[in-house]
Amino acid sequence: MSRSDDPLVGTGFRDRSRAQLGQPFLRQAIPRATDHTIAALHDRFADVDVAALRERGRRIRAETIRDLDAHLETLVAAFERNGITVHRAADAEAARGRIRSICSAAGARRVVKVKSMATEEIRLNPALAADGLEVVETDLGEYVVHLDDDRPSHIIAPIIHKTRQEVRQSLSRVAGRELPDDTAELTGFARGQLRDAFLSADVGISGANFGVAESGTVVLLTNEGNGRMCTSLPRVHIALMGIERVLPTLDDLAVMLPLLAGSGTGQLLTSYVSMISGPRREGEPDGPEEMHVVLLDNGRRALLGGPFEEALHCIRCGACQNVCPVYRQVGGHAYGWVYGGPIGAVLTPLFRGFDDGGELPQASTLCGACDDICPVKIPLHDLLLKLRRVGGGRAATRRERAAATFWAFLWSSGVGYRASIAVGRLGLTLARVLPARLRRGPVLARWAAGRGLPGRGGRP
Amino acid sequence: MMSEPIVCFPTCLVDLVGRRLADDVNTVLGAVGFSPIVASGATCCGQPAFNAGHHAQARRVARRTLRRLGDTEGPIVVPSGSCTAMMRRHWVELFHGDRDEILAAAVAKRVREFSEVVDERRRRLSAFEPRLNAVAGYHDSCHMLRELGIIDQPRRLLGYVDGLEVRPLASGERCCGFGGAFSLRYPEVSVAMADDKLADVRESGVDLLVSSDPGCLMQLGSRADRRGDPLRVLHVASVLAEAGVGR
Repeated sequence: MSRSDDPLVGTGFRDRSRAQLGQPFLRQAIPRATDHTIAALHDRFADVDVAALRERGRRIRAETIRDLDAHLETLVAAFERNGITVHRAADAEAARGRIRSICSAAGARRVVKVKSMATEEIRLNPALAADGLEVVETDLGEYVVHLDDDRPSHIIAPIIHKTRQEVRQSLSRVAGRELPDDTAELTGFARGQLRDAFLSADVGISGANFGVAESGTVVLLTNEGNGRMCTSLPRVHIALMGIERVLPTLDDLAVMLPLLAGSGTGQLLTSYVSMISGPRREGEPDGPEEMHVVLLDNGRRALLGGPFEEALHCIRCGACQNVCPVYRQVGGHAYGWVYGGPIGAVLTPLFRGFDDGGELPQASTLCGACDDICPVKIPLHDLLLKLRRVGGGRAATRRERAAATFWAFLWSSGVGYRASIAVGRLGLTLARVLPARLRRGPVLARWAAGRGLPGRGGRP
Repeated sequence: MMSEPIVCFPTCLVDLVGRRLADDVNTVLGAVGFSPIVASGATCCGQPAFNAGHHAQARRVARRTLRRLGDTEGPIVVPSGSCTAMMRRHWVELFHGDRDEILAAAVAKRVREFSEVVDERRRRLSAFEPRLNAVAGYHDSCHMLRELGIIDQPRRLLGYVDGLEVRPLASGERCCGFGGAFSLRYPEVSVAMADDKLADVRESGVDLLVSSDPGCLMQLGSRADRRGDPLRVLHVASVLAEAGVGR
């Protein structure tokens, strides 16, 4: 995807995060929601040997990705056997083009969508709208995101950043009247709207949590039932699936389902698990007449066999966002693209390139909480470190490398080290006695913006 | 009883802002029967550059420290969780394929975090009848917790201090927001993370926050200082020294 096509929001992580830090609601809402989900996760796995389960998950993902092309071949053959038309899209533009032409061939006017990060990734909705299609997101959170022309700020909980008041205002705009500030009333209104959309839509578009190769099955996990409506009521169902989401067997799925549901929401299973193996068959009373799967590459294949292959193991559960102490403060929008938190800091530079996302791996304290919670044991901390090494090319990295080289020159000699420590101590002492306006220097100023000077009383 | 020599690598941050902490470390090590020898000429483990992705520069600085430590024998005590993790876990990676690879692996095995070493001789602490009246909370250094799994030792040491009530912190294992260069790159986020931690500390009724990493101590102490928070923030060694160990 070209940069002009979908620019990262704002100028950098620091600016974006400052904007987020200025929102008091966000500062309460994210800790509340993420703490709740993490507590549920721990409850869910309390009586399970979760370490062993994660290891099984890791092995399944690692073995699958290692031999991705073979599994994809099996998957495509099974899909086609099941009457599903398969399309391959090398990038976002190709994927959008495929989906647009399927909609156009179907003479579609209205499209309903299941929440899907892959469709966010390719910015599908604006493209469909430009074709004159009416697009309705049917996951409640995503519905509100779409009404507000916003972006999801969490993989699982798209409007974690919105207050009920904001949701009320958005829905009231649709209603053309002031809706009451009551959750049941608001969801009731949305349900009515969505019900009409389900019944009148020509095309339903979903993502795919998994694609099972042996059976040719698209697996969707939802909690609102909208997934089932979108994939069975309209005449045409299109599933956009990242090529890495393949699982070889249904046995593998039996391991991954509880890992995904447990890590994502702390559930045993989501309320709905749809396993879709083709369009309506003869004699069946319902289901779409046509089913298409669009296999999306968009930067994934390039990671195969390289140092970042493990990023493809991700099953998009959002647990790393929920435990991340940085995400906790700034939310997903600070990361500037669709994926936030630790996995976002890894995927964004890999999918978008270092010009766009090269800074994001620095937006982590490397605390490692994400490594511990990941259901498939992606070494996120390690990937962030590796990405920092690659960081190359960027102007900021070049400047920093020059500074690091000077530092290494000083600190690899006893004299240089002692001299710089003496200068540092003197600087701190002076800074303590000088008036604030004379305290300069980028390092000191940035430290002292919210913190006292360290080392008072000879202790850090 | 003869005291046993032990190599001590105070770390650069302690050299820069923690001379008294260096004394506390020596005092406590002396009290449990070691005679600490400060590793001469060792500067820094290379962690700042390693974490920023500049391996060549990290290796250059770490090589000096590695070789100086390589000239010594026996365990090497480091009063910093993250530096211990860097040396024990990441030096092998940093020097992979390098002429000092074997030396790095050998020295890495000798590196011990301060509380690990003292914990093995903790019974000797009782002789000093350590006492400090305070309500304490222990903040885990992320790298010490997750990369080294040193969790119980510092807490056990605090348990030897009479008058010290140690309360669990609700935010438990959450990062303080230091993260080395992160604290300067994104000062606003870093400070917000410290505030998150400090709010939890206040709620727990803690007036003494204890940790084992000069980075965390500097971050939390400096933020508490700026806020005018009466909280004291001390290294485990300083708590023991203040409580009278080695007196």
